[in-house]
Amino acid sequence: MKIKLFKLFSYLSFFIYSSVLVSFICWLLIKAESPFSKSSIFGNADLVKAILLKEPVFEGLFPAAAGTFLIIVTSMIIAIPAGTGTGIFLSEYANKKTYRFLSVSTDILAGLPSIVTGLFGFSIILLIHKIFEGKGPGFSIAASAFSLSFLVLPYIAKSTEEAMKSTDKELRLTALLLGASKTENIRLVLIPKNLSQILSKILLSVARCAEDTSVIMLTGAVANAGIPGNIFGKYEALPFFIYYTSSQYSSEKELVMAYNASVLLVSICCFLFVLSFLIRKAVFYRQKKNENKN
Amino acid sequence: MKIQTKSDLLLKFTIYSGTICAFSVIFSILILLVFLGIPFFKQSGFSFFFDTWNPLQGKYGILPMIYTTFLIALPSVFTAFFLSLGFACFAASTGHRFLKKPAIALIRTASSIPTVVYAFIGVFLIIPFIRNIGPSGSGYSILSASLMLALLISPTMIFFFYDSIIESETSLVKGGLALGATRTETLLYLVIPNAKNGIYAGVFLGMGRAIGDTMISLMLAGNSISYPLSPFESGRTLTAHIGLVMASDYDSPEFGSIFACGILLYLITAVLSIVSKIIYKKTGA
Repeated sequence: MKIKLFKLFSYLSFFIYSSVLVSFICWLLIKAESPFSKSSIFGNADLVKAILLKEPVFEGLFPAAAGTFLIIVTSMIIAIPAGTGTGIFLSEYANKKTYRFLSVSTDILAGLPSIVTGLFGFSIILLIHKIFEGKGPGFSIAASAFSLSFLVLPYIAKSTEEAMKSTDKELRLTALLLGASKTENIRLVLIPKNLSQILSKILLSVARCAEDTSVIMLTGAVANAGIPGNIFGKYEALPFFIYYTSSQYSSEKELVMAYNASVLLVSICCFLFVLSFLIRKAVFYRQKKNENKN
Repeated sequence: MKIQTKSDLLLKFTIYSGTICAFSVIFSILILLVFLGIPFFKQSGFSFFFDTWNPLQGKYGILPMIYTTFLIALPSVFTAFFLSLGFACFAASTGHRFLKKPAIALIRTASSIPTVVYAFIGVFLIIPFIRNIGPSGSGYSILSASLMLALLISPTMIFFFYDSIIESETSLVKGGLALGATRTETLLYLVIPNAKNGIYAGVFLGMGRAIGDTMISLMLAGNSISYPLSPFESGRTLTAHIGLVMASDYDSPEFGSIFACGILLYLITAVLSIVSKIIYKKTGA
């Protein structure tokens, strides 16, 4: 009896969860009217002129999408070297005591709510304003990217560390035995060997940068900014656009734009997830093939 | 003595500076929050954390937000726990073999959906639903927020449960079957008790996510500062408070309260991730 009830319970939770989720996704897809069409992204503006930033786009998602793209690129410029650097340090250089201390700290940073990271960026802006008395960079792409990079840094660090540690012992020692230095071993053997594994995790953190709303809303995303000329300007972003429109929409047309933006954002994130998954699968497959050869 | 090339030096530089940068940030977050909060804490002492919110009497305590945060997070973790445990058992063992792979694919998709999209869907689907079934009010309530939050944190918990169930199943299922137990019996009496540390760790992780989530409570919980008693009343969480107050005057005590919220959130989530880590370590040993 108990066994049957338990089986029923597991089937029930599967059907409840999946039906709710599938119906949510379907609802979104039905509500969005052609999210990938030219008019939904560029509005009435000319395609080529809009991409070359010669003509502003008013009725499309292009400024928001461009803002999201700029945010991703800028934060990755900071997060990739710092994250992989930390990961390599954790796996190759740290002794037991420092390792324990550092790995607990990365866990804390990984568990930190994104709004606290956003508040950190916000506090730095406040501090800069206090020191320079109102001058200096304020709410901007740079500030958001700086805070976002610390949101994803622990993920990149942890996965780099795991990838490095998973290397075979023989491979790890070969170059050293042939007289390579420690840094040469890392640079020429360990990093190239684990590059695709690290890359797959970096793609996941790109998705996190793209989706995060609470950090950018504290550090510089605004509703109407167009595309900023440099990284010290305020900007629009897809997630912020969705958040803002859901509470401030004035017409049905704006709401449809928010549906389109949601579908666009979901597809960007899903695409990154699938890509990362495929890379991991490929690595796994290659490893198995090598094992069979031996 | 080895001659170091430029790229070697560059690599070493990246590794050390990256590490130093990362770990200085972890502590500078807390230090900066305390530093910027000090002027406000001086005015009212530590009453910030234990006082109620009443601007007319000059009280800017964050107690209502702490109360609402837990009132939203605890039921959602509770709901998500049962949903995830059932789902993980289905995907790992009890489910039909044609449905197991789609189930995992579904969870992967679910975990890639942005939080803001969950909240956006909630505004247009959950809110009207709650408005209709509730006795009164606009539908922006702690019930809507915790339902949506349960859906949001489930994928994280399911992955954790699924991994630990699969891990202990491979070692136990053959013994169980050999003793004449069915697969479900083995799961219920051997595998789940054995995977319990992983399950606890997943619950603490989900708890951290539920407390730290901003967009859902900001967009669905209604944001009125009060002590909600019924599930259909609205409330404001710590995270939503940070998101809302930042627009106000930088010298007001209201503004100071966001640093109190930030410090509290930092400490709560730090404790939760450490506890989750310790429990998870036990499984490995």
